[in-house]
Amino acid sequence: MHDYLRLAYRSLKERKIRSLLTILGIFLAIITIFVLLSLSLGLKDFVDDQFEMLGGDKFFIQPKGSATGFGGEGAVELTLDDYEVVKKIQGVDKVTYFVLGNGKIEFNEKTRYYFVLGLPEDEKEAQLVFEASGIEIEDGRWLKGSDNNKILMGYNYGYRKLMGKKIKPGDNIEINGVEFEVAGIVSEVGNPGDDQQVYINLNDFRELFNSGDRVDMLWIEIKEGEDMAEVSGRVKKKLMSFRDVDEKTIDFSILTPDEIMETFGNIFNILIAFLLGIGAISMIVGGIGIANTMYTSVLERKKEIGTMKAVGARNEDILTIFVIESGILGLVGGGAGVIVGIGIAKGIEYGAKVVFGVDMLRASMNPWIIIGSLAFAFVVGVLSGFLPSYQASKLKPVDALRYE
Amino acid sequence: MVERKKKTNNEIIRLKNVAKWYKAGDEIVKAVDGVDIVINKGDFVAIVGPSGSGKSTAMNLVGALDIATKGDIFLDNINIEKLHESDLAQIRGRKIGFVFQTFNLIPTLTALENVTLPMIFQRVPYEERVARAKELLTKVGLDHRLTHLPNMLSGGERQRVAVARALANDPEVILADEPTGNLDTKRGEEVAQMFNKLSDEGKTIILVTHDMYVAKHADRIYKLKDGKIENKSGRK
Ligand SMILES: Nc1ncnc2c1ncn2[C@@H]1O[C@H](COP(=O)(O)OP(=O)(O)OP(=O)(O)O)[C@@H](O)[C@H]1O
Ligand SMILES: [Mg+2]
Repeated sequence: MHDYLRLAYRSLKERKIRSLLTILGIFLAIITIFVLLSLSLGLKDFVDDQFEMLGGDKFFIQPKGSATGFGGEGAVELTLDDYEVVKKIQGVDKVTYFVLGNGKIEFNEKTRYYFVLGLPEDEKEAQLVFEASGIEIEDGRWLKGSDNNKILMGYNYGYRKLMGKKIKPGDNIEINGVEFEVAGIVSEVGNPGDDQQVYINLNDFRELFNSGDRVDMLWIEIKEGEDMAEVSGRVKKKLMSFRDVDEKTIDFSILTPDEIMETFGNIFNILIAFLLGIGAISMIVGGIGIANTMYTSVLERKKEIGTMKAVGARNEDILTIFVIESGILGLVGGGAGVIVGIGIAKGIEYGAKVVFGVDMLRASMNPWIIIGSLAFAFVVGVLSGFLPSYQASKLKPVDALRYE
Repeated sequence: MVERKKKTNNEIIRLKNVAKWYKAGDEIVKAVDGVDIVINKGDFVAIVGPSGSGKSTAMNLVGALDIATKGDIFLDNINIEKLHESDLAQIRGRKIGFVFQTFNLIPTLTALENVTLPMIFQRVPYEERVARAKELLTKVGLDHRLTHLPNMLSGGERQRVAVARALANDPEVILADEPTGNLDTKRGEEVAQMFNKLSDEGKTIILVTHDMYVAKHADRIYKLKDGKIENKSGRK
């Protein structure tokens, strides 16, 4: 085996340029596959982490049709009445909620539009919203229930100069033309949506957005030892009868962690399948390159093949030598592709974080992606080289020797 | 008479009514057409004849590189026409050493590696085959050219590497198809001398040549014409 490896290696070395060009195809394909897989698995890890932080004891209620954006002027609304109903249901430990609106933020002679999130008056309930997202106070202080015209701002206002210059507690900001004082800056979440948010108390929010009793999302934490499916089912039933709807006309949705994970998992699998499809196509192209090179090589080396047979090579020996050759082409291309792929994936992760403040694009370095990419490259190399190699092994010695 | 009988027992190659026909368009080319030859162990046989007379074709049949259209070829009393490709490969590797007119060295391998190649296919361990290859290259006077690639060697040197390679698995039979054809007279004579020496060492040698001077070294000369043996002349 080792001897055949050397024979194959020598012959590849002799045809350096062609070998390199052949490898290039597999190389590029493996880079593509590796980077795409690494980043999408990284994204999955990120989402998994987020859910872990959230814990398995919380679920959400949203008005139906609001999945694309909160605070729309849709007909369906949840209100504080719903909140009161849910709060009293057996098995429910804590309930919190928030409202969202699109705010016109003015500071430092700049105007921007970002989400404003209205927090419950109850400090404990407000705190729950932050806890669930793992948000802490970075600078200044939390809002108190009694605060008027005070706000908390997302991390990016303070530390990524979202408004042109750093905002500090005590600064004054205008939202929809009303002046607010910054009470604190919160810690980083890692995605721009959250880190650009502004948090205000519910009474201020109502004045700004004229939102009445509307709430955009209810967060429910169940009591310890209670079953998630049971409690969420009970909540659903009670809320349905309170809102006077049936299974057909139901106008709110209940999102349990399992459901969200399942939905995400499905989307994720489609994404992976799509990416792998792209990868597979580029691998096929790379494989055709190898097959082509090997066919040429067999033609050119007919006489060599004849000679080897004349000195005792069996068909299997010839087959092995040629298959190893194409396998090396695949493996070397794959190896180089993985190395460069690691670099590119890490580069994208770094770039996303530093330039855009996005924490979601992480490059996963799961050893299975690396092993898998290498194995895939090798297998494609072997498979695409197999037919030409088989052809070489079947050559009749006289015919091969006669070839000039 | 006793002598003769002993020789018969010593038979190593026998061709029985061997023919090889090719179809070229509508025509049938009878490259070899009914050849009977017996060769004994240790014989030094030359085959001569005009171009196209079927010398190479006959040689390839004896060397198990090709299958006859008709007839039987016995090597060591085994009818090689009845064997499968993998057995033929074994025979080519162990019992026969080829020397070609165009040397046929593997261009990517050094002289030493070229000589080890037949031993690789016989699974000879590394140390052993390198030692053997060095010994053989020394024997052909190339111990100072071990790591040269074929294109760094002269024609005569290349053919000597090829002879060393033919000897790698210590075969009983050496088949050489115009081994001096691509060499000048002096180098050709050197190579011819090597065959002489091998014959003296007891190898069975079949040599195809155009060169009557080279053929003179042989014990026996077969003359081929149109695929048939025209006459046979012996030195002894
Ligand atoms: N594969 C083939 N297909 C058709 N005809 C062939 C084939 N191989 C050989 N021949 C024919 O068989 C005849 C004998 O060929 P061969 O090569 O044995 O001649 P040779 O005696 O070795 O000639 P030379 O001295 O030129 O080497 C030639 O007429 C040749 O054209
Ligand atoms: Mg010939």
